[in-house]
Amino acid sequence: MARSIKKGPFVDIKLMSKVDVINAAGKKSVIKTWSRRSMIIPDFVGHTFAVHNGNKFIPVYVTENMVGHKFGEFAPTRTYKGHGK
Amino acid sequence: MARIAGIDIPKNKRGVIGLTYIYGIGNSTAAQILNTAGISQDKKVNEWNDDELAAIRGFITENLKTEGELRSEVQLNIKRLMDIGCYRGQRHRKGLPVRGQKTRTNARTRKGKKKTVAGKKKATK
Repeated sequence: MARSIKKGPFVDIKLMSKVDVINAAGKKSVIKTWSRRSMIIPDFVGHTFAVHNGNKFIPVYVTENMVGHKFGEFAPTRTYKGHGK
Repeated sequence: MARIAGIDIPKNKRGVIGLTYIYGIGNSTAAQILNTAGISQDKKVNEWNDDELAAIRGFITENLKTEGELRSEVQLNIKRLMDIGCYRGQRHRKGLPVRGQKTRTNARTRKGKKKTVAGKKKATK
């Protein structure tokens, strides 16, 4: 079932405060995050996030099209390069 | 006989069924179209007169996306997913099921015809 609109999009508080600090300072830096469950909101556009995939951090540059998706969708957790050679 | 939304020529069928030959129109949309046009659902396609045809055509062009337009919209949505590189986009790129279905068996609709792998043993008891 989809999330109630009343609640608004879910973003981890820690992540939100990090972005707020950077937005207020007006500079850009990579934001490390483990919060794969957070939704990408318009405030995040133009920043680069390092999203944890359980092993390492995957850099994700957020564009306008990504709004409404979650960070986890951009950092695959499984490695499969095909069978054999 | 009847040409609606470009290329579709269903006839000798009940109106509701005939309309579903158009891409983007299913059973419920077909019923809705006929209701708003005030045509009985049991009327055959070749029994429609010109006024009724015009009413149907008008409703479709005004309210619905069908055929090419709809197909291109769907393709654009898929392309967007692939361009942003999200999980669903990657699944589309690889031609695998997008919505979390298992791929150990089945999934033949997405994967296409079976490709036999040499030396793959069947599970023994």
